[in-house]
Amino acid sequence: MQLAPLPVVVPLAVAAALAIIGKHLHRRIVDSISIATSAAVVIISITLTFQSANGAIVYWFGNWQPLAKSHFPIGICFAIDPIGAGLSSLAALLVLAAFTFSWSYFESVGALYHVLMLVFLAAMCGLALTGDLFNMFVWLEVMTAVGVALCGYKSEQSQSLQGALNFAVVNTIGAFLSLMGVALLYGATGSLNLAEVGRTLAAGHFSQGFVTVALLLVTAGFLVKSATFPFHFWLADAHAVAPTPVCILFSGVMVELGLYAIGRIYWVVFAQSAQPAPQTIRDVFLLMGSLTAVVGALYCFGQRHLKRLLAFSTISHVGIMLIAFSLLNPRALAGMALYLAGHGLIKAALFIGAGILLHRFGSLDEYDLQRSIAKRLAPIGVLMVLGAWGLAGLPPFATFFGEMRIDEIGSQQHLTWLPAITIFAEALTAAAVLRFTARVFFGVGRQGKSMVSAGAPHLHTDAETSGQHSRVPAFMWVPMAALIIGAALIAVPLRGPVETAAKHFESAPLYDAAVLRINAQTAAPRPYDRPFEAHGESEWWIPLLVALATLGAAAASLFPKSPRTAFARPIGAVLSKTVLELRRFQSGRVGDYVAWFAFGIAAYGSLLLLLH
Amino acid sequence: MEPALSYAAYAAAIWLFLIGLYGVVKSRHLVNLCLSLTVVQSSTYVLLTIIGYRPGLPAPIFTDGLKPGSAAVDPIVQALMLTDVVVEATVVALLLAITIKVHRDAGTADPDKVDMMRG
Repeated sequence: MQLAPLPVVVPLAVAAALAIIGKHLHRRIVDSISIATSAAVVIISITLTFQSANGAIVYWFGNWQPLAKSHFPIGICFAIDPIGAGLSSLAALLVLAAFTFSWSYFESVGALYHVLMLVFLAAMCGLALTGDLFNMFVWLEVMTAVGVALCGYKSEQSQSLQGALNFAVVNTIGAFLSLMGVALLYGATGSLNLAEVGRTLAAGHFSQGFVTVALLLVTAGFLVKSATFPFHFWLADAHAVAPTPVCILFSGVMVELGLYAIGRIYWVVFAQSAQPAPQTIRDVFLLMGSLTAVVGALYCFGQRHLKRLLAFSTISHVGIMLIAFSLLNPRALAGMALYLAGHGLIKAALFIGAGILLHRFGSLDEYDLQRSIAKRLAPIGVLMVLGAWGLAGLPPFATFFGEMRIDEIGSQQHLTWLPAITIFAEALTAAAVLRFTARVFFGVGRQGKSMVSAGAPHLHTDAETSGQHSRVPAFMWVPMAALIIGAALIAVPLRGPVETAAKHFESAPLYDAAVLRINAQTAAPRPYDRPFEAHGESEWWIPLLVALATLGAAAASLFPKSPRTAFARPIGAVLSKTVLELRRFQSGRVGDYVAWFAFGIAAYGSLLLLLH
Repeated sequence: MEPALSYAAYAAAIWLFLIGLYGVVKSRHLVNLCLSLTVVQSSTYVLLTIIGYRPGLPAPIFTDGLKPGSAAVDPIVQALMLTDVVVEATVVALLLAITIKVHRDAGTADPDKVDMMRG
């Protein structure tokens, strides 16, 4: 039996069935069916990951194979490689964690929630597995539509509607640009198949300007989805209001899928034609990634609402992953994949931690919770600290191995300033979680609100759970602990296979050969030399510095008046000023966000066109 | 004649996109915002139409007059457009539902007057 279409077909079929009969079933039966479905998708996706390690699996829907002589694809295919299947596994795993967590979390929840979550899962798997450009756009839009519905689910306040609205409008406009890019590429190449479009672009003589505009337009929707600066504003608003299990998916895998799509499209469609020049791509995406990492970290450190804090931390980490992509090197890409997997699991665990706080105290505010010190939740606090440790990219978590590769390739490309960006982003995001945990779970730190985060929005959180529960159910802490442990355990066994998978991911000829059944030997050779193949020195001092900076920043914000933290006061003053300035841009108005979007597209477009 | 037509269509697509975007940015009412969004969307229709258009050829409806296999306007982009319409109809329906709820909760559909999180 062909497994390839099942990660999409199974959840869609179950969702359709639940939409019809779910109303008449007991809540626990619907819960169980959903958990079983997502577990099945985990197993199928992991099987596909292993199977595709021996060569990409290509599945043509309706058995519409490419034409025998010209190899021209007339059907729509799934082209599955270990990276795509791995992402699909991660998505299914996080949906499984989210469903498990929802078992005790929601007091009342209709079958509609399960239906939406399963369709969301199908869309994420579809985006990760497809080999068709228009298909990518469709899954992107399904993710947006379902994501908006889930974001506004259980909405009792105008704030949660605002989050959903900003999410919908900004993402939809981004997707329109992507559709335009798809249309331009189709008009130029006559195909929607990723491999065929890439082959035609490489063989034909298209003007540099046209290809650059097509690249910018196609990636625009995915840049919005991955919350790249300055398209990131919607993400924080959406996270702050979405129900906790939905946040797990948004931060853990949805945003990262945007990056995956950019990588897939770049390597299969644009890399072969070497237009725009790889150097230009590297510089522009490096700039995007660096801005995203720094701005996200600043916002993150200045938050007092845990979900919003974690959302900004996701933005910052996406920046680091975008930097990894921009280095255009298989080892950096392997680092990105490791980082993505580790970050996804850790972030999911931290959001479960946020959910536990909501479940227990009905609040996520650092200063409100400080008073009701959650001391009996110390084991959860320990897990949160481990999560912060993982966000800082420290061993033994997968993020550490990812970051080491990124820094190594960065130093090889003589980007001496790059460690400064990663250290800054990781230390500030980890310190923010550490500060929150220390204050709320362990009662450490000064009372009062002299800190920069005190000025952040004070949000009342939602009716998703009643709060005031006296214990933490196993359905909550078990997945949280499992995710944290998993983020450490996957690192070592994944290191080797991920390197191979990344090499294949960056090889368009191999991809074309698999999809279009061209003999791999006759597949067009790569027209430009791979700039950096060898491994560089590993930068052991970086994690050490991150650890010190994290502890320093957390301590300085917990004990602002202590003489021992005097060293940090000038830095703190500058940071506070910057955060206060930045906060004005996060206005909550969708019109402002769309204006930023237009500005960002224009700016990156000009850079792409001018920098060659 | 033909290039002029196609340039005009591209210009119309860009114009629709920009004017719709301006509408979204300046919108003071959520219904207006949803409609501006559909204006942005219609730019994609124009673009898809012009990309699939073949001067002088008939519509790809292979029934009585037109034999299968003869040249016609590209049907694929029309299929794309149809998918686009369906997906976006869903999104706009969701947005309008949100608008109704916002109006019910806050008593206004002006995005500036609704209680918002900032920072």
